[in-house]
Amino acid sequence: MTGAQIILECLKQEGVSVVFGYPGATIAPFYDALALDGAIRHVLVRQEQNAGHAASGYSRASGKVGVCCTTSGPGATNLITALATAYMDSIPMVALTGQVRSDLLGRDVFQEADITGACEPFTKHSYLATDTQELPRIIKEAFHIASTGRPGPVLIDLPQDTLEREFKGEFVYPDSVDIIGYKPRTKGHPLQMKRALDAIERAERPIICAGGGVVSAKARRELIKFAEKLDIPVVSTLMGVGMMPTEHPLYMGMLGTHGIYSANYAIHHADLVILCGARVGDRAMAKPDQVAKKAEIIHIDIDPAEIGKNMKADIPIVGDIRLVLKSITEKCEEFSHKDWVDDLKQKKAEHTPVFQSIPGQVDPRNFMRTLSEEVSKRSKAILVADVGENQIWSANNFAFKGGRFLTSGGLGTMGYSLGAALGAKIAKPERQVFAVCGDGAFQMMMCELATLVQHDIPVKVVIMQNNRLGMVRELQDKLYDGRYSGVMLDGSPDFVKLAQAYGIESERIEDDRDVIAGIDKMLNSSKPYVLVCRVAEDIPSRQEN
Amino acid sequence: MKYTITVLVQNHYGVLSKISGLIARRGFNIESLAVGVTENPDVSRMTIAVDCDESGIEQVEKQLNKLIPTIKVKVLEEGSYIARELTMIKVSCNSRQREEIMTLADLMHAKIIDVTSSSLTLELTDTTARTENFISLMRSFGIKELVRTGISAIELGANTTKK
Repeated sequence: MTGAQIILECLKQEGVSVVFGYPGATIAPFYDALALDGAIRHVLVRQEQNAGHAASGYSRASGKVGVCCTTSGPGATNLITALATAYMDSIPMVALTGQVRSDLLGRDVFQEADITGACEPFTKHSYLATDTQELPRIIKEAFHIASTGRPGPVLIDLPQDTLEREFKGEFVYPDSVDIIGYKPRTKGHPLQMKRALDAIERAERPIICAGGGVVSAKARRELIKFAEKLDIPVVSTLMGVGMMPTEHPLYMGMLGTHGIYSANYAIHHADLVILCGARVGDRAMAKPDQVAKKAEIIHIDIDPAEIGKNMKADIPIVGDIRLVLKSITEKCEEFSHKDWVDDLKQKKAEHTPVFQSIPGQVDPRNFMRTLSEEVSKRSKAILVADVGENQIWSANNFAFKGGRFLTSGGLGTMGYSLGAALGAKIAKPERQVFAVCGDGAFQMMMCELATLVQHDIPVKVVIMQNNRLGMVRELQDKLYDGRYSGVMLDGSPDFVKLAQAYGIESERIEDDRDVIAGIDKMLNSSKPYVLVCRVAEDIPSRQEN
Repeated sequence: MKYTITVLVQNHYGVLSKISGLIARRGFNIESLAVGVTENPDVSRMTIAVDCDESGIEQVEKQLNKLIPTIKVKVLEEGSYIARELTMIKVSCNSRQREEIMTLADLMHAKIIDVTSSSLTLELTDTTARTENFISLMRSFGIKELVRTGISAIELGANTTKK
């Protein structure tokens, strides 16, 4: 067997059934092996970055490690943004890149790029695999590193000769890994757990802040049980949206710059903050010191480096959130924080805005509310939001019941949603998958409409068209006296006609009255679909001012 | 404040750039970095001197620990270790100055490792403070070239930094 065939066997051993990619000269031996073998599905994207986003969406929806592959040089450098996106959001992925023959490395030959060097800051780990004999160990390690501890992308750079060379001896896939410096801790320290229990018992106004770590740890059920038994309200960061059902009486919404009033009120009036897999990013908590001054902080995270990085923690617990929450819930008595919860509920009710319809326009916030109502009658939908105003409208107005919210929270990568949505749809074909984006992001990724058609991936694309780069425009309104610079999207095509040119069904809606009919038509289609919403340019991302 | 960190890493291709890149990327300044293989040929040891505050050093330690090739990270406590650096200095020297330089070298336990009619090259292995002192003594003769390795450190007593 050649190195390329060995890799294929290793991927099969890891349970990989689909690879997202784009071929080229140096990775060609792997593509040949893929075609000869036929056991692993290859999804050809239209630009390498989207292969990475697709692997990310697949990984997030399936809970498995997503795999993407590209060729060397520009193929690999195009992938960097996707790797950085996955790294910031802790998404487990394995990326395979072709590389020039190892005897030519460092000589600036055609399509050579030092991709392991370039990706150093954006990968959890990387390999330059120059020895075919090492491939089984490297691939075993890569999947292990990507999926354990704090998950993240792992890059394997594969010189062409590594792929072409015959593997000597019998192929045996290792059944375990032994990396001397990598032993992630999963169970919380008993002493800190005890201190946490005491703090919870003392607290009168406790709050749970759920971050992306809850998603990574698959700890949704444990989070709900913990909150319910101890009667502690929950707020979430953008990355944690969807873990706590939106309509749950203990859920107070998303916090932060673009969050809602009740969530920010809760975090600033609590006397105990329990951070669960939240890294206290600047958009979630602009001034963590102010919060820490008034409250005791319990910080639970699998990555010790996150504890104390952005906020001082009184009680640090390094461990798997699912195990830690389960253990605390078991050891705790039932509590009641009725006054505190009632106070927050009242704040939430008082500050839930009603958006008045304006004729001739679709209010994106009303649209998201209606979409979630229509969808919840059918399935646990996966909503992929892009970056910008559409992301915030989605996070604050779509009611999650058991579905998922996927977005690029850390890096804020525009053009994430379509790639991620097609990956998610392949992982969960039985679920409705939506890509919600603005007309800016859509034009960064619209080439992937062809991927939907070619591989028959029925993703529903919702474009909130306001002919502006809305989030930047808001910023220019606020900080630059409304001097708009580079935010007008004039020259955009007719998206309905564009979709139709790809053979995709599409419709435009231009009034709130048409929303239900428009959504129903989209949901009733079993094919890819593009729904264009005409949105007024001055609708802000913030829920209230 | 100056901190000395000792790091055991897997002796692999690219590990040095991973470690130094990480420290630089996180915004910390490396004063010196010395690296060499240990008693186990699969493992290298780095001694890194960093200038930062207390929360900074905690981040450096935790972030270094996250790297897969890192085996062990230890921030050495003041007074618990011995640190030395190797310095080679080439000074201008005519026949009249030679004796004075030789006396100073002798006093500071520096070795003379090369002599020409117009220069002397000296080698010193010592603490950073004594090295600085020696360099300033040599300055009056005219330093033509100065090469320093940065510190290597080992813990006092029978303790070792191992996994």
